[in-house]
Amino acid sequence: MDMEQAKQLFIDEARELLESMEQCLLEVESGEVSIGDHIDAVFRAAHTIKGSAGLFGFDDIVAFTHNVETVLDKVRDHKLDLTPDLLSLLLDCQSHMGQLVQAVVDTQAEVDKETGSALLQQLLAFLQGGTAVVVQPSTEPTASSLPGLWRLKVNYGADVFKDGMDPSSQLMYLQKLGQVAAIQLRADFPSEGFDPENCYLEMDLQLQSAASKQELEDVFEFIQDSSEVVIQPPAEMKDKLQQLPVVDQPIGQVLLDAGAVTEKELEKALQSQTRDIRQDKATVAVGQMLVQQGSLDAGLLDAALNKQKNTDHKRPAELQFLKVEARKLDQLINLIGELVTAGAANQLLVQAQEDEKMTESFGVMTALIEQIRDGTLGLRMVQIGDSFSRLKRVVRDVSKELGKEIHLEIQGAETELDKSMVEKLSDPLMHIVRNALDHGIENKEMRLYKGKPAQGLLRLNAYHEAGAVVLEIQDDGQGLDAAKLRQKAIEKGLISAEQQLSEEDCFKLIFAAGFSTASAVTNLSGRGVGMDVVKRNLEELRGQIFIESELGKGTLFRIRLPLTLAIIDGFEVSVTDTHFVVPLNMVQECIEFSAEDQAGQAEKRDYFNLRGEVLPFVRLSELFRLQSSETALRENIVVVQYGTQRAGLIVDALHGELQAVIKPLHAVVKSAKGLSGSTILGSGDVGFILDVPQLIDFAIQNESCVAS
Amino acid sequence: MEKLKTGSDKERQYLTFGIRDEYFGISIDTVKEILEYSNVTAIPLMPDFVKGVLNLRGEVVPVIDLSLRLGKGVTEVKERTCIVVLEIPYEQDVVTLGALVDSVTEVIDIDTSTIEPAPTFGARIKAQFIQGVVNVDGQFVILLRGEKALSVEELASLVEKVSEV
Repeated sequence: MDMEQAKQLFIDEARELLESMEQCLLEVESGEVSIGDHIDAVFRAAHTIKGSAGLFGFDDIVAFTHNVETVLDKVRDHKLDLTPDLLSLLLDCQSHMGQLVQAVVDTQAEVDKETGSALLQQLLAFLQGGTAVVVQPSTEPTASSLPGLWRLKVNYGADVFKDGMDPSSQLMYLQKLGQVAAIQLRADFPSEGFDPENCYLEMDLQLQSAASKQELEDVFEFIQDSSEVVIQPPAEMKDKLQQLPVVDQPIGQVLLDAGAVTEKELEKALQSQTRDIRQDKATVAVGQMLVQQGSLDAGLLDAALNKQKNTDHKRPAELQFLKVEARKLDQLINLIGELVTAGAANQLLVQAQEDEKMTESFGVMTALIEQIRDGTLGLRMVQIGDSFSRLKRVVRDVSKELGKEIHLEIQGAETELDKSMVEKLSDPLMHIVRNALDHGIENKEMRLYKGKPAQGLLRLNAYHEAGAVVLEIQDDGQGLDAAKLRQKAIEKGLISAEQQLSEEDCFKLIFAAGFSTASAVTNLSGRGVGMDVVKRNLEELRGQIFIESELGKGTLFRIRLPLTLAIIDGFEVSVTDTHFVVPLNMVQECIEFSAEDQAGQAEKRDYFNLRGEVLPFVRLSELFRLQSSETALRENIVVVQYGTQRAGLIVDALHGELQAVIKPLHAVVKSAKGLSGSTILGSGDVGFILDVPQLIDFAIQNESCVAS
Repeated sequence: MEKLKTGSDKERQYLTFGIRDEYFGISIDTVKEILEYSNVTAIPLMPDFVKGVLNLRGEVVPVIDLSLRLGKGVTEVKERTCIVVLEIPYEQDVVTLGALVDSVTEVIDIDTSTIEPAPTFGARIKAQFIQGVVNVDGQFVILLRGEKALSVEELASLVEKVSEV
């Protein structure tokens, strides 16, 4: 995902959060609800906006929101009363945050800096001696207004004279190109080791000239290798920039075209940028690099950047999104599901007619229906990779901030997931990742001491498993200390000292509201929101989270999410009158359970000889207690595999492949064993989607019951 | 649903139906539609009161044996057996449920002032399921509270208990 898309996500998210923040504050103001009910939501909104803005480096949003958040934190802890004054101040702050976010979208939007600092002052007053970060008003770049005045700065190298160069002849030549307005010469003689043949000169020169930058640079061509030559273009260059036609080009090219920089300068800037990237240093934009080099003054760069931004507006709207209510899509998908079902019914009728033309025309329609179906379902499905790449930035920034070396490994980025789910997942994922980086992975010294590689490892993985999506976040850090967590929970009054908890339950304490193990409040974590949000967000998605942790070895968070709305390729089978769908990716093969095989089952053993290998099997009719009217003449075995487990399912009949639109199980029956959902079959009947892993577990349980 | 109100404000419309030899009523506000019994697919390993699921125009709707829920034994499917599709509030939403009944009688107007409180005992039905009892032409009709008799939370927890065993 490119930055532009990520930025769009941030903007949408920030707007939504600001909206909910506003709504909450307004409801509190109107007296409908008490602040206690809403403070968490308001605080979280501010917290999340600050966090995300920090990732993108929108420093003014971070600086401002940080103070808002601090005030909210005090309100939450009952250290500060929410007076009507404070409430309206918070609403003002909310609008200002809206402005700041708007400024990210539209560079032309004016941010009222005065209001911002006034609001900060007021917040500060409420904090009573707390510290507020005041936004520094950016200093206006001061540019000389003399017409056509070039500033030249030459720091002569020591070997200039030895190389046979003469600064005075260069000066003479410069006078031919224009008029020297001012000149300042400095000599910086060393206190010892003075060499009379060396050149110790430095020259500042202002030259009024109509020559191009290239011409001026050429004057110093012969000394460029040994000396430092910086040529700053005159302020009029700005006007010249404005007059250039709008083109969609890199900033370096824009400046080059305007004559503000020469090719050599640009090359140098690009080279040092590449070098920084290789050395993993913070990279600086080419424009900034040129300013650092002195080839350009900041005002001119701004003008050029504005020019480039103007071209942004003229680009085709290829990156624009259309936000559609999920409900509308759901309705559409339901309708498509019915269309597919109706199409299947029609096909039966058409086949019965044996009319070639009708069959042909119906074939065209079927193909179209399939395309519509795939397109519609595709609207909601996105690859998880987009969310993962958003986390790359998180990992990079956080590891930098914490001074830890962390390697991020991503697997299964192509796993598809419902769009609405991806949106709701980004927050919990980010929190888990941040926590893993902050609390999980140890610093370099500790890692080396423990005999681990200096570089920490964070692994993100996603895969589909039986109508569910599984996400894993694994670190090789210090792991969770169950005893320590328990102690902490007792201190916080979350559990009583007598309460006995299993290890897994101790791990789950980190999801309790107000539970935070970090003692210092940083920008990253430690405010005690986060993991409880994670759990709540996942519960909203009807997902489950599991923690596996080994002290000293690392922690694995496994999130299992249902595919609430998805289509799966399935294999339809039936036992008596009940139809089941097995996810196709789990089906390995189907074999006939022949009479001879059955004869060998006289002693009722539930395994089977599959080409010399032992294959345990499950009779669906027994497991599901379906009364088969009489033993079917030909039973079949469907060999399924998930993970490393392989098993056979004995069914009455095989019906072939189908695409099944998953309908989540109704609230009343959602605890049904071995089923992950239902679907409407071509006949209009309801079929059940088998949750194979659960089914096998269930079979194991059953057997151990019988055995014991 | 559109309210077909006739007469005074006090009158409410109720759908009456028979289970065994008794008559029951339920406010038509909660009734979505009435279907003949057909195409109900049984769900494996469900307690008896979950008769199965039904494809209601693309929606998969569970069907509950109301008779069992009221402690009156299993409903035998006969010619007049119907499924009353109800909308039951659940969390912030409304979910659709089918209730299996022996026969559907009619929609009647009931003057709310004639509704008498449920007898404290004798009906052999949990008191919380009953809104009241009304006498219609010499016949007692037990008015049910749909949201209680078919409470999604309660049904779900019963299902969960059974499938845990």
